[in-house]
Amino acid sequence: MNESTQAETAAGPGTLEAKSSEYIQIRDFSFFYGDKQALYDLDFNIPEQRVTAFIGPSGCGKSTLLRSINRMNDLIDGAHHQGDILVNGNSVFDPLTEVISLRKRVGMVFQKSNPFPKSIYENVIYGLRVSGRKRKSELDQVVAESLQGAALWDEVKDRLHESALGLSGGQMQRLCIARAIANKPEVILMDEPCSALDPIATGKIEELIHELKDQFTIVIVTHNMQQAARVSDFTAFFYLGKLIEYASTEDIFFNPKERQTEAYITGRFG
Amino acid sequence: MKRFFHNELDTLRSHLMLMGEKANDAVNKSIKGLTEKDIDLVNNVIASDEDIDALEVEIDYEATRYLTLRAPVASDLRLMTVAIKASHDLERVGDEARNIAKRARKIILKQAGYSEFQTIPDMAIMAQDMLRDALQSFLHEESERAYQVMEKDEEVDQLNKANIKAFIRMAKDDPDLINRFLDLIFISKSLERIADHATNLAEEVIFLTTATETRHKAALEPKKESRESE
Ligand SMILES: Nc1ncnc2c1ncn2[C@@H]1O[C@H](COP(=O)(O)OP(=O)(O)OP(=O)(O)O)[C@@H](O)[C@H]1O
Ligand SMILES: [Mg+2]
Repeated sequence: MNESTQAETAAGPGTLEAKSSEYIQIRDFSFFYGDKQALYDLDFNIPEQRVTAFIGPSGCGKSTLLRSINRMNDLIDGAHHQGDILVNGNSVFDPLTEVISLRKRVGMVFQKSNPFPKSIYENVIYGLRVSGRKRKSELDQVVAESLQGAALWDEVKDRLHESALGLSGGQMQRLCIARAIANKPEVILMDEPCSALDPIATGKIEELIHELKDQFTIVIVTHNMQQAARVSDFTAFFYLGKLIEYASTEDIFFNPKERQTEAYITGRFG
Repeated sequence: MKRFFHNELDTLRSHLMLMGEKANDAVNKSIKGLTEKDIDLVNNVIASDEDIDALEVEIDYEATRYLTLRAPVASDLRLMTVAIKASHDLERVGDEARNIAKRARKIILKQAGYSEFQTIPDMAIMAQDMLRDALQSFLHEESERAYQVMEKDEEVDQLNKANIKAFIRMAKDDPDLINRFLDLIFISKSLERIADHATNLAEEVIFLTTATETRHKAALEPKKESRESE
């Protein structure tokens, strides 16, 4: 994918014009699990306050790339990379970048929601506790705001101090989004956030994603083509660790340029 | 990988082709009936219009069903919108063929020996060629051929205008045959409409194969603008 194509698609129709079209810059990025290369020379930009979807067959490297953006791959033995990833102009791999603060700036929501075995309240402010913030009025406010932001407040406001493990799957997922929001991140990464949810909970998360993009830059991995079409502004299609096509979601789903993309999204792949 | 429901796309395509062939056949018979004064042929056209109408309903149902259950995207989705429009155009072609047949029947039944049709037979050949080429371009997904269909439309329009002028002049010369000439004017106009529908079909094929919009003003500069060429 060359620069000019990227710039043209990002300019696109007025509504797609992002504040910064290169909020996350992925620069000649390759990733290896030991000897095994999982990502090949990825080079593209993710725009600010837009939803970008990563799609592609299982094993193509979507999660690997997502986890690279907030360095969740750091702990994997033998994992290493080439190239760079910049968030808002700063390399995430810069030795001066602290991983803890990076993960606050770049929050993550996983496929299986993973609340801590603590109260709903404590789950939301977990990140703030870690960074030593204690004032109750401040914490109360963050809890309320974050749960409201995650469209969960009305359902849990009377049981904030009950265990998060008593929530339904869809509620837990929104709790995890609230926990991510509480840190006031710049970017929220979501790896198949709806794959375990029913259509109603999925609808709520999608509505939420749509609202959250006014404040956050969102990257979502999804296997659900209709979901990618509904919630994202841009779509990147990966295959075997390579970026095959990246364009506005409308272009990808209306008239993809690459045959492989067309085959994948119309269900003819493989 | 071909999925089980992709067969439904093949069915839809073959129904469109069948409808196109029936519509083209109706045009052919209506003109042949007129020029050869064959009353059975024109009656046959009038009777078989129902089949064409039924296919339109069938195709629209199949497309709507596919949209509902299969959530198509990309060219599969474009096929749905094109199928719904193309079936409408072909239904109109069938109606025009029936209109021609009805007027041809009046002319034949009057038993008048008069057989000055101006360029109606030539127009009919051109309109049918356009229709056939549009259908072939659909079948083989050849946008090139569809562009050629669009270019012929102007010629048919010119023939129609010349016909109308000629028939009006002839009616002035021979006022007793005014009804005859009116019928011929309407037949010429029907052929011109059939060519318009063939042009629409060609535009639909281009949209289907390249996602390029060529209707209206865009039609004046074919091939220039295309999403492919970014
Ligand atoms: N911890 C790991 N160690 C070794 N190889 C790994 C590891 N994690 C992933 N891989 C390999 O890297 C490749 C990309 O995996 P990744 O999880 O990024 O794919 P994905 O696109 O997210 O797939 P899915 O859609 O199934 O989640 C795969 O071949 C996978 O087997
Ligand atoms: Mg994954």
